[in-house]
Amino acid sequence: MAKIKYIEHNGKEHEIELLNGFSVMEGAIQNDIPGIDADCGGGMSCATCHVYVKEDWYDKLPKKEMGEDDMLDQAYQPKKNSRLSCQLIVSDQLDGLVVYMPEKQV
Amino acid sequence: MIKTDVVIVGAGPTGLFCAHQLGIIGLKCEIVDNLDKIGGQCIELYPDKPIYDIPAVPECTGEELTNNLIEQIRPFNFNFHLNDRVNKLSSENEEWIVKTTNGKEFHSPNVVIAGGVGSFEPRKFPTKSAEKFDGTSVLYSIKDKTIFKDKSVAIFGGGDSALDWAIELSNTSKVSLIHRRDEFRGAPASVQKIKELSEKNIINLFTKYSIKDVKGNRFLEEVEIKSEEGESKILKADYVLGFFGLIMQLGPIAEWGLNLDKKAIPVNTENFETNKKGIFAIGDICTYPGKLKLILSGFHEGALAARGCFKYARPNEKYRFEFTTASNTIKDRLGVK
Repeated sequence: MAKIKYIEHNGKEHEIELLNGFSVMEGAIQNDIPGIDADCGGGMSCATCHVYVKEDWYDKLPKKEMGEDDMLDQAYQPKKNSRLSCQLIVSDQLDGLVVYMPEKQV
Repeated sequence: MIKTDVVIVGAGPTGLFCAHQLGIIGLKCEIVDNLDKIGGQCIELYPDKPIYDIPAVPECTGEELTNNLIEQIRPFNFNFHLNDRVNKLSSENEEWIVKTTNGKEFHSPNVVIAGGVGSFEPRKFPTKSAEKFDGTSVLYSIKDKTIFKDKSVAIFGGGDSALDWAIELSNTSKVSLIHRRDEFRGAPASVQKIKELSEKNIINLFTKYSIKDVKGNRFLEEVEIKSEEGESKILKADYVLGFFGLIMQLGPIAEWGLNLDKKAIPVNTENFETNKKGIFAIGDICTYPGKLKLILSGFHEGALAARGCFKYARPNEKYRFEFTTASNTIKDRLGVK
């Protein structure tokens, strides 16, 4: 279980508790948190669940798997701390994670 | 002008199977898709990924599924209009008139929207200033490469399209290649070639840079790029090319006056009709209580929508439910004995 905070581009915050095993993307979709589209449904085939991870969290997260950076190349304004939220799987270690949504996904 | 019983928007698995069901009940259809090939997301996003939840097919790839569906509707000889996109919808004498971007016009009592999450379109530069030159000197695909001869071209992206064009255009143009990180996702041979061309100063390579601004009055003159650290550089550019892959957008359908729930179209689950008579929505683009975004659900939705279309296409005939195993009429339509 982990508390995850999502911050919309306009600054609006949403904090939810997510069970281990769910992705940060799923947490947003299931709780109707705006700012994450997830067009492909978690297949790492689009780049519409793109988030910026709060700086001090970036290095604590499991490393990107093959292909994630390739998809991030196609995201809207990717930065150093960009991740695909479908690839961030919740575990106790993610408790307190803060992610920022980009201005838009497409 | 093309007259038909049903216009299907989208040639993904759901649209294809709906076409099959229309053929089985004796209706004609025309299928329009923005991509240059049949198959929708199955072909564009995951042609090689195995799918495990198609009923009675333990495992198949997106490409195999598409090929089988094409084979299944072959007897009906339906027309595909690829590389084209539905644009305007209007109505006249109980018929819908659908106009496409390429200037085709369909007249039909029914439109079935099987558009997935929307049509695939190139992802564009986030910079506002790029819009001014969109289509003239800021481009996302290349139709005629001769226009770049002896010009300065700035290419953005790290995939095969960006690398291949950078290599190709470096023969006759002054090419800069800009990518947001120093790894490329293109074919290893192309990546190697780019590095060689960069070492020989034939290509100007800028990694860990992205676009900041494009500048010019009547014509594009410069492109400004910035690093993660905020350092910026100005490059001379007659053309700016962006290759960032495809995104899915609802596009003109959003302007058709249909009810929308986020990016999906609510439907009545009896026949998958929308709030407009004769306009149906099936597959990922439709929503209703309990909706599952599965291909198998799209098949079911397409079968029911096809029956819904019958009522408007053949108002004076009574729809007759028949099994393919037993009906001679259906066997005739399929061309089997």
